[in-house]
Amino acid sequence: MAISPFKSILSSILLLSIINTQSLASTEVNVYSARKEALIKPLLKRFTKETGINVNLVTGKADALLKRLESEGRNTPADLLITTDAGRLNRALQANVLQSVQSKTLNAVIPANYREPDGYWYGLSVRARPIFYVKDKVNKADLSSYESLTEQKFKGRICIRSSNNIYNQSLIASMIAANGVAATEKWATGLVKNMARPPRGGDRDQIRAAASGQCDIAIANTYYFGAMLAGKKKKDKIAASKMALFWPNQSTRGAHVNISGAGITKHATNRDNAVRLLEFLANKDSQKWYAETNHEYPVRDDVEASDLLRSWGAFKSDAINLSILGKNNPTAVKLMDRAGWK
Amino acid sequence: MPDTESLPQHAMKSLPFRTYLDRWHLSVLLVALLCAVPVLTVFSYIFQPAGEVWQHLTETVLSDYVLNSLQLIIGVSFGTLTMGITTAWITSVYKFPGRKVFQWLLLLPMALPAYIIAYTYTGMMDFSGPIQSNLREWFGWSYGEYWFPEIRSMWGATSMLSLVLYPYVYLLARAAFLEQSIVALEASRSLGAGAWKSFFKVALPMARPAIITGLSLVLMETLADYGTVQYFGISTFTTGIFRTWFGLNDSGAAAQLSTVLLIFVLILITLERISRKQARYFHTSNREKRRAHLSLSPGKAWLATLACLMPVLWGFILPFMQLSQWALETYEEMVDSEFLTLTWHSLSLAGSAAILALVIALLLAYGQRLQNTRLIRFAVRIASMGYAIPATVIAIGIMLPLAWVDNTLDSWLRSQFDVSSGLLLSGTLFALMFAYMVRFLAVSVGTVEAALGKIKHSMDDAARSLGLNPRQVLLSIHMPLMRRSLLTAILLVFVDVLKELPATLILRPFNFNTLAVRAYELASDERLADASTAALSIVIAGIIPVILLSLSINKQKT
Repeated sequence: MAISPFKSILSSILLLSIINTQSLASTEVNVYSARKEALIKPLLKRFTKETGINVNLVTGKADALLKRLESEGRNTPADLLITTDAGRLNRALQANVLQSVQSKTLNAVIPANYREPDGYWYGLSVRARPIFYVKDKVNKADLSSYESLTEQKFKGRICIRSSNNIYNQSLIASMIAANGVAATEKWATGLVKNMARPPRGGDRDQIRAAASGQCDIAIANTYYFGAMLAGKKKKDKIAASKMALFWPNQSTRGAHVNISGAGITKHATNRDNAVRLLEFLANKDSQKWYAETNHEYPVRDDVEASDLLRSWGAFKSDAINLSILGKNNPTAVKLMDRAGWK
Repeated sequence: MPDTESLPQHAMKSLPFRTYLDRWHLSVLLVALLCAVPVLTVFSYIFQPAGEVWQHLTETVLSDYVLNSLQLIIGVSFGTLTMGITTAWITSVYKFPGRKVFQWLLLLPMALPAYIIAYTYTGMMDFSGPIQSNLREWFGWSYGEYWFPEIRSMWGATSMLSLVLYPYVYLLARAAFLEQSIVALEASRSLGAGAWKSFFKVALPMARPAIITGLSLVLMETLADYGTVQYFGISTFTTGIFRTWFGLNDSGAAAQLSTVLLIFVLILITLERISRKQARYFHTSNREKRRAHLSLSPGKAWLATLACLMPVLWGFILPFMQLSQWALETYEEMVDSEFLTLTWHSLSLAGSAAILALVIALLLAYGQRLQNTRLIRFAVRIASMGYAIPATVIAIGIMLPLAWVDNTLDSWLRSQFDVSSGLLLSGTLFALMFAYMVRFLAVSVGTVEAALGKIKHSMDDAARSLGLNPRQVLLSIHMPLMRRSLLTAILLVFVDVLKELPATLILRPFNFNTLAVRAYELASDERLADASTAALSIVIAGIIPVILLSLSINKQKT
């Protein structure tokens, strides 16, 4: 006789929950990471090798992981939450799912503006969002700041991605903090007018578009540029080599930066292991790894960036308290909607 | 068995039959209720005040969301119906070069996730891609001096979605054309109707329920699409929901947007119902002969080949070649020891979800056939709604109630017995499976319903009067009759789960990745070439069941 539908549903459910049962020993640490697997797992493997502590990993989008953390409450298995922007870490702090950690090591090596004052989260790598220009077409002396990109002479020459993207939202959030909502909205409207095409694609696509002649100026994160220069794709290499990097706002507040960072969860069961992992991610070797593998800037002053990163020159970064970026985010999104930034 | 005993035996059978009905009834309601939980959870956010954000949305972007979504579904309907019905009809009726191969080749685009084909075409056709770069090099053009279709646009998104979604229409329409009794067509031809007339007056109306089921799947999938439209920079309802929820950090307004989307889907489903009700076409004969394929003049036969080649070429061969080229450059780095595990996870998840969805679909569709009450019909509709909701929204709608159950049980155990049960359901494969059911049940329910609808009720009556109980009727009469459709249902869910991303991403347990997750992570990091190996594996894993399916469709009854 065939198995009844009821029984088969029941047994598949049972089977699935059995397969999944894991014993969580104390030699473990559980990580929710918005950094993609390829950009964190190699470091985690090194950590396991050095300490014998196993790392269990779930990657995903920051907002979803945060929601998961919130809904799981005190039973959450996660010990550490890794995100790729400070705004999300701040949202986690506001959602009351992080705990404060006082680590002498961390406080000593991570500069104060890259960590939460009470130790709720720590920055682990720095990501800058400067201006890129086509060497043959743009006179470097014409460039000065993000603000100046709305000038008439840049009409139809700028490529930037959609306002759906968090990097643009953070950039606008930082400008709101510096110039206020009204001035920033006027600026965004002007920028939309100067765009060479409606926003589409990712950061690399903006650099490619500029290199192939569709526009002269692109705004993108440095590590995409680095990946194109150092990567294996010949076309990307050629494209990137036509471009140069310009650090904006050097005489004023500095270029916009964000961090990827992490915080220990409020209900972490493996708190000590999580702190060890955090300290490991901030040690000199790991910091070098960010620069060499993903072309991000180390968060520590005493670790030298890779040769490639140093070739772009030293720069002044916007020293704004990064938690403000998260706070201004909804305002930034609305502002871009009004400015017609797709 | 002695004749005298048959009467009391029959009378005895009618008693458990009643309780049986109740069991079907209850199970249908229970399953529907479970599937409704995520949707209801999202609904419950409606009551959060969100006036200020709504005002902002209506003043700025809402009209864009609505117009773009409408444009998209109109375009995709046109594209999928044209490609799907034409190819289904040609392959099931005519003889032409390559017919046997095209029968299954035409299904292949289904194995490509929409966002992957979007990335691939962008890589090929973008301003900085190889085609345009070469054109510029050859002719010495520069930007603005020549016209080239912009792939990242509304027509681009429409084409991408049409190319990977038309197989839904093709598959269901073809199954319907093949299941059509030859008698009806022969009658129409013998009464003097030409090929076109027989198609429009007889074959198409008889296949309409199946075609509309296919189309409604296409439209729901289109409405739920996030990856493609987001990459192409088109603001639709779905991107709007994400932007409102995560960018504006307003879950209330996002839920209200989701609700508007859902109402739209409910209208869609109702229209499908109405159209199906008006057209109650049954097999006129259940012993069909294998239909001989009609001959075409050589010119027309090659035209038929061309018509079938186009969707396969654009929807599969070209992107497949581009992906293969990328994969050749990168596979050495990308195929690591974990790759086999990824593949196994993807296949086993997709396989078990497909079978589970079929079992539930049989329960729902047959339950509805047994007791076609308004309540049951409503319950089945509710259970199918998840298909059109963006999977991220569903995933959150699952996460919250499951965590609530876990935490409530845990608190109770802690207070009563001082033991902690921790999380039993959240972050397990159960949660994931649950999400797949909510999201993809519409696929299997639609397919099974359409197939059941074609079996005359007199068959049930005959079987029942011979002493079978409802379950036996289903198992030994209906299921063998519908086995092609059942296989179709399994295949569709299998391939859908294989490609599924957002829910898998949010709900999966620790250290559990799938091919889709791997492909997406690399692609969204703008490392398309690196993503190609995983993407290609999804495609290849999807091809195998597609071929199996088409083999079985072709094995006609003798």
